[in-house]
Amino acid sequence: MSTRTRTLELEIMRYDPEKDKEPWFQTYTVPCIEDWVILDAINYVKENLDTTLAYRWSCHMMVCGSCGMMVNGEPALTCKTFIRELPDKVRIEPLENFPIERDLVVVLDDVIQKLHKVQPYIIRKDPPPAEDQEYIQTRGQLAIFKQLTMCINCMCCYAACPQYGLDKNFIGPAALALAHRYNRDNRDQGKSDRLDILADHDGVWDCSFVGACSEVCPKHVDPAAAIQQMKIDGAMEFWKQKMGIPGDKS
Amino acid sequence: MSRQPYVRPMSTTTWYMRNGRYKVYVLRELSSFLVTFYSFLTISALAALAANSPDKWDAFLASQQATGMMVFHGLALLYFLFFQTFPWFKLAPKAMPVYMGEKKLPDSYIIIGHYVAWVVVSVFILWLAGVI
Repeated sequence: MSTRTRTLELEIMRYDPEKDKEPWFQTYTVPCIEDWVILDAINYVKENLDTTLAYRWSCHMMVCGSCGMMVNGEPALTCKTFIRELPDKVRIEPLENFPIERDLVVVLDDVIQKLHKVQPYIIRKDPPPAEDQEYIQTRGQLAIFKQLTMCINCMCCYAACPQYGLDKNFIGPAALALAHRYNRDNRDQGKSDRLDILADHDGVWDCSFVGACSEVCPKHVDPAAAIQQMKIDGAMEFWKQKMGIPGDKS
Repeated sequence: MSRQPYVRPMSTTTWYMRNGRYKVYVLRELSSFLVTFYSFLTISALAALAANSPDKWDAFLASQQATGMMVFHGLALLYFLFFQTFPWFKLAPKAMPVYMGEKKLPDSYIIIGHYVAWVVVSVFILWLAGVI
């Protein structure tokens, strides 16, 4: 582990709803260790320079998804962004496309509602297996959606998505990827229940495949791919119905 | 303490200037102008054919073989290649991943498959047009 130190100029966006009309930048000079991540530098500011700074974080190990921020204009988990990969001057802002609650804390209510809206749980039409039995899922059946289960709801994808920025009705990358995760799960039979929401104008068809969501995803979930796959599924379902071919049982 | 979330404005006309990724996306989408142009070109070709006059058809062909038009077609081809064909073929495995059991077919297979299909279709069209 490197103990080389380096001085970083952190420009942090500040916003106090009780004092400020609009956000502004405050610069802090932070003596950093090369192996630090940006979150360490922000923690240093909080502990040593300015206790009023508000931001979210918890695990410091890419699991909780709460420390997502804009680092030099890119949405990123600050616990994953190493200082050694950054220039001497770093600008930290709250995640784009979300209202700012205070400093680096954003309001996530809209996305939380959208996550609920896609019914992200196993829906069964048939009775569940008997008590002494379990759902059968092969490794192959798991493989087709496993990557989608890696999402930690950090919302970096929403901050990268210009479509969500321009149209807040768009369900957005993480929620759509989560819906796809359940649609692809062989234990689930709720695909048709989700179809109305997903095939609606604010669903998958609102995505114009900028692809930024997948590029910034710290867990390589690839929501853009999930959305395109859903478009194909939706189109297939449409033609099946047109041609009178019975669709999925679900 | 009162809540007063601040909403950062996003320009509906210049948002794509925010980063390089968005600029590339907009360049890709701008090829829709070329698509519009080629739609009209096809319609005018059909109109020349429908006129049932060899002179009109010859005039249409001659207009397409003028130097300026050939340069334009060449540039349009490059634009489509760099902003449509290459990126879309690269993205194809994302939209249609193929699983064989628990193993995913390598992306390169799907990408190469697209290029092969592209060459086959192009050769067929050139053969149909009497070029080869």
